[in-house]
Amino acid sequence: MKLSLGPVLFFWERDTLMQFYAEMAEQPLDVIYLGETVCSKRRSLSLDDWLGLARDLQQQSSAQVVLSGLTLVEAASELSSLKRLCQNGDFLVEANDMSAVHYLAEHKVPFVGGPALNIYNGYTLSEFIACGMMRWSPPVECSAQIIAAALNQLDELGVARPEVEVFAYGHLPLAYSARCFTARSENRPKDDCDLCCIKYEEGIPLLSQEGQALFTINGIQTMSAEVNNLLADFPSLAAAGVDIARLSPRAQGMSEVIAAWHKVRQGEPAPLAVQGCNGYWHSRPGMVSVEEVGLC
Amino acid sequence: MQLVCPAGSLPALKAAVRQGADAVYVGFRDDTNARHFAGLNLNDQQLENGIAHAHQHNTKIYIAVNTYAQPDGWQRWQRAVDQAADLGVDALIAADPGVLAYASKHHPQLNLHLSVQGSATNAAALSFYQDRYNIKRAVLPRVLSLAQVKHVASQSTVPIEVFAFGSLCIMAEGRCHLSSYLTGESPNLCGVCSPAKAVRWSNEEGELTSRLNEVLIDRYSEGESAGYPTLCKGRFMVNGQRFHALEEPTSLDTMDIIPELVKIGVSAVKIEGRQRSPAYVEQVTRVWRAALDSHRQAPERYQVEPIWRQTLAGLSEGSQTTLGAYHRSWQ
Repeated sequence: MKLSLGPVLFFWERDTLMQFYAEMAEQPLDVIYLGETVCSKRRSLSLDDWLGLARDLQQQSSAQVVLSGLTLVEAASELSSLKRLCQNGDFLVEANDMSAVHYLAEHKVPFVGGPALNIYNGYTLSEFIACGMMRWSPPVECSAQIIAAALNQLDELGVARPEVEVFAYGHLPLAYSARCFTARSENRPKDDCDLCCIKYEEGIPLLSQEGQALFTINGIQTMSAEVNNLLADFPSLAAAGVDIARLSPRAQGMSEVIAAWHKVRQGEPAPLAVQGCNGYWHSRPGMVSVEEVGLC
Repeated sequence: MQLVCPAGSLPALKAAVRQGADAVYVGFRDDTNARHFAGLNLNDQQLENGIAHAHQHNTKIYIAVNTYAQPDGWQRWQRAVDQAADLGVDALIAADPGVLAYASKHHPQLNLHLSVQGSATNAAALSFYQDRYNIKRAVLPRVLSLAQVKHVASQSTVPIEVFAFGSLCIMAEGRCHLSSYLTGESPNLCGVCSPAKAVRWSNEEGELTSRLNEVLIDRYSEGESAGYPTLCKGRFMVNGQRFHALEEPTSLDTMDIIPELVKIGVSAVKIEGRQRSPAYVEQVTRVWRAALDSHRQAPERYQVEPIWRQTLAGLSEGSQTTLGAYHRSWQ
């Protein structure tokens, strides 16, 4: 099983990002995703900065470096920046919107299909593979059963499987909106947001009126409150056909998270239960921890 | 600019036809469409009757097969496409590239419209579907500002349909898993959001509470009007404040910007609400028909009649309407 580091989904200062990646370059990672996928106003690093960082990381680390594209692409400036990213010529690109798929397919460049692309079955997989998709990161709501069934369907179609990468650790990116909920929570209009999400290194918790943690507000993105953690499910990842476990960056303790996963992939037994949720993997509501509710 | 109206039943379809819809969109009675609600949608016989009725009155029928196919249910989506073609519908509304590929390959004569669930918010995304599946129209997600709609329309040769009125999705359609996170069922895979079977109303300490899979969505004191607990429209706690952290219960209404939509060259406006009653469809279609006709007859004199606004407000969630993302300040 390979380990990947997903793109940073939160808005961090430039120095924080540089320190974070300096630390990550030392970790036993096989793939590192870089780039802004949530909001084009977040410019701690410009596209050229990201490309420079990608080149540095490629020299410092043995990990494959991939550039992740924006997910909700609305403005003309966002589209032209995404086009440039897709035509960078050096690095593999993760497409998170059909516009990126269009540019990459047009130039016959192999690409990663990110979790924001809606690919749920073998027929759809074969469409994207025909366009050049070499790795599939399924939508985060996909269960082990759906992933395995989609891959079997692909086998029946006689199409070679892509690499499969599952969102295995981190706050789940659940939804995207035109509205910025962080700005809304501070009574600011989006056009005058003052980049206030910089204050929240891991987003803002959204609770029910009874205090139950439900979601995490992260600009235009809504994430799970719980951290999705499939470490206890490690044996079933491989069984479902998963090649890569994606660990999504958090503000603190990422090296420890990677170390824990690394131990298990090297043969140590997986823990029986971990903190966080894993409902989606088990075909249950995403917020559930199946061990806690006694489902396994 | 065409008026496209919803129908979740044969009486609703007939109401839309009667009130002057240019096209009516419907769905099969299963999870192949994004309004897979108990008791809703048309069976085979009703579909045949409905299509014949609409065609007699020069109204087009579109059929939505716009969820994403689950691997184990693929045959259902394939059958839905075949059936739509056999029924002679005027367009198939789909989102899943696998479904679009099947339809364009096996039924090349069938008009394909990209569903709003396809999440195409820019010209390059539209080109993908046009080049590969020869789509004849695309429904844009309710996330774009009017200026952005204009830009997309000017950059793409795909005719554009936009939402005109009805319940407002706060998230980009096709890009929201909030419902499955709480309940296990999502719009993409199951055709439902905040499913009715997960809803529980109760009276707790004198307050009416609504829950979704036991998660508290909202509580109402006496006299407050309570709405369906669509999870993005509940009141939650953020930074110690209790408020509609994502969106208020409100409906989209774009009657004010009909002249702009026409000028941009939008091909069709869509009314949301296949889950609503025939009476709802009847009233909304009548008012929108009147507005579009009034604009067509005298564009320079167009203005929204108070009675139209009053009628629509009465049919709206929380009795209030918004221009939504079309108006930048909402974002």
